[in-house]
Amino acid sequence: MDIATQTETAPPPPPPATTEQQRASRGATRPGDRIFLGLSRGSGIVLLVIMAAIAAFLTYRAALALSDNTGNFLTTFEWDANAIPPKFGIAVLAFGTVVSSIIALVIAVPVAVGIALFISHYAPRKLAVPIAYVIDLLAAVPSIVYGLWGALVVAPNLTGFYSWLDTVLGWTGIFEYQGGAPRSLMTVGILLAIMILPIITNVSREVFLQAPKMHEEAALALGATRWEVIRMSVLPFGRSGIISASMLGLGRALGETIAVATVLSPTFLISASLLDPGGGTFAQNIASKFNEASEYGRDALIASGLVLFLITLLVNGAARMIIARRKEYSGANA
Amino acid sequence: MSTTAPTAQAVTPDTLHAARLPRWTSPLVAIGSAAAAVGIGLAAGLHSRVQWGLIAAVLFVIASYVLATAVEGRRQAKDRFATSMIWVTFLLAVIPLASLIWETVERGSKVFSPYFLSHSMGVVADQDPGGGINHAIIGTLQQVALASLIAVPIGLLTAIYLVEYGRGKLAKAVTFFVDVMTGIPSIVAGLFVLSFWILILGFDFSGWAGAMALSILMMPVVVRSTEEMLKLVPNELREASLALGVPKWRTILKVVLPTAIGGITTGVMLAVARIAGETAPVLLLVWVNPFINTNPFDGAQGSLPLYIYQQYAAGSEASYDRAWAAALALIGFIMILNLVARGIARWKAPKTGR
Repeated sequence: MDIATQTETAPPPPPPATTEQQRASRGATRPGDRIFLGLSRGSGIVLLVIMAAIAAFLTYRAALALSDNTGNFLTTFEWDANAIPPKFGIAVLAFGTVVSSIIALVIAVPVAVGIALFISHYAPRKLAVPIAYVIDLLAAVPSIVYGLWGALVVAPNLTGFYSWLDTVLGWTGIFEYQGGAPRSLMTVGILLAIMILPIITNVSREVFLQAPKMHEEAALALGATRWEVIRMSVLPFGRSGIISASMLGLGRALGETIAVATVLSPTFLISASLLDPGGGTFAQNIASKFNEASEYGRDALIASGLVLFLITLLVNGAARMIIARRKEYSGANA
Repeated sequence: MSTTAPTAQAVTPDTLHAARLPRWTSPLVAIGSAAAAVGIGLAAGLHSRVQWGLIAAVLFVIASYVLATAVEGRRQAKDRFATSMIWVTFLLAVIPLASLIWETVERGSKVFSPYFLSHSMGVVADQDPGGGINHAIIGTLQQVALASLIAVPIGLLTAIYLVEYGRGKLAKAVTFFVDVMTGIPSIVAGLFVLSFWILILGFDFSGWAGAMALSILMMPVVVRSTEEMLKLVPNELREASLALGVPKWRTILKVVLPTAIGGITTGVMLAVARIAGETAPVLLLVWVNPFINTNPFDGAQGSLPLYIYQQYAAGSEASYDRAWAAALALIGFIMILNLVARGIARWKAPKTGR
């Protein structure tokens, strides 16, 4: 392309010849090039069309469902989408989704930042690569296996911890636990934390590695300890990176389906206690209710899926914008 | 005169080197706190080894902080504290992975056998022992292959567009939406195909419907990894080829792509590994079929992740065993894909000039 533009501007005098020359020199007019450009641009456009189609089709089916809904979509505490005057609302799902994702973030972000710092600044060079690989393995495990493990291994082992939480913090109401299988939002949150750990770790590690070496060396030269170097030069530099990494993790946690559906025992109630089983999330509700859903019930589930789609779109879009903005100025440090 | 020298040394302390704890302090403190934790655990009658470990970790952190404050000062103590906290976070991440792999291998190997791999669930009721995952393996392989057939060409071409041609608004929009697309929950992709393919166009549940949803999840992953690889191809190669008068499209096909092919293969295999474990879209679109169905375009099929979910939901001892064994098969498949992909990446890494 650069060559083409140069030769285009090079010959100044003869005006009639330029059209001929331009045609010969411009690469894109060769039939092969034109086809190839068309194909590759076309597939880029296909991607955009798919995104638009997702929004359009979901909105269409959701509108069908909402027009017959006798409950309030936002505030009804029920999901009777198969009933003849259908009545359903997303209040419980929204609560469960937000709460479990917040628990996941609260647990995962500090740990992930710690691991990212471990890989970028603490671990010996020889260890850093295998550790990064272990984190990648954590990302490669399918969510259904996490679900199986969470339901059959993690949940039974949490009863002791939860009873302890109940005796110590039970008075808050949040940590009340009445015994029984702990298939609760808290367990889901812990599992989600493990699942979103890799993405937060990987993104923040990238950012920490970009931290300007000069700042670090300057701090070291002034006698700072390693922790002070990190606190004064790496963390301030990486703050926006950590934020966007957390938002990417949040996006994952919000949309996680099958692990939640295996671990949680859902109810359509909002309860203040996070340790007792109950609650639900958007994605889990779709997976659990789908098999018995009538055609109308499916539309209702699509309506809740649309809400999930919009939320994750916003969260991911915002995260990507933060990353993109920092890309522009981080180049100056290279 | 000779006696004054040692006294002078004793009077003026060595100011160049601050007091440091000797190197063997950390291991010693670690052993000490572990022993103390075992003692406390035995005395208080705590059964869970996890609690012992927690007590040991807390004791270690406190002891090294106190020691460091006493000998080295607050700042060094803080540094030690941060170091041990960061080590703890790392261990926290390793424990679940180790537990998950251990449990899967141990519980999964109970019924994992050639028989399990070569038989379907057609005539076996969920609560009975026996049966296998043959139908599910066939289903998963076909769905993943179909999804790759759609997603790989589109993903590759999009990445080529972004790296080789893309300037201006369209390219920016595509980049942004590829990023956003990576974050689409898999269930939403499933709902999308459900709404247009099954509810609006009226087709039946099939492996193909599942494959379409999987391809939506796969595309952005392929685009991102291919893009990274194409960017690594040194510009000198492109310029040399163009300077010889080779058309741009042939330059891309014959020079750029072959240079990056190792990385691209890796990216595609990682994307395959990612979608092979997706359950949610398959649950919505492929339905469940305990029999072997080798035609992905006609009727419900099996699928490995879906099989795990369904066997788990069946809730009997025999079905739990099968779920674990299938999980072992799935993890094994994905780990092998991952390892091979990384092997290829290392073997065929593009030489970046320097």
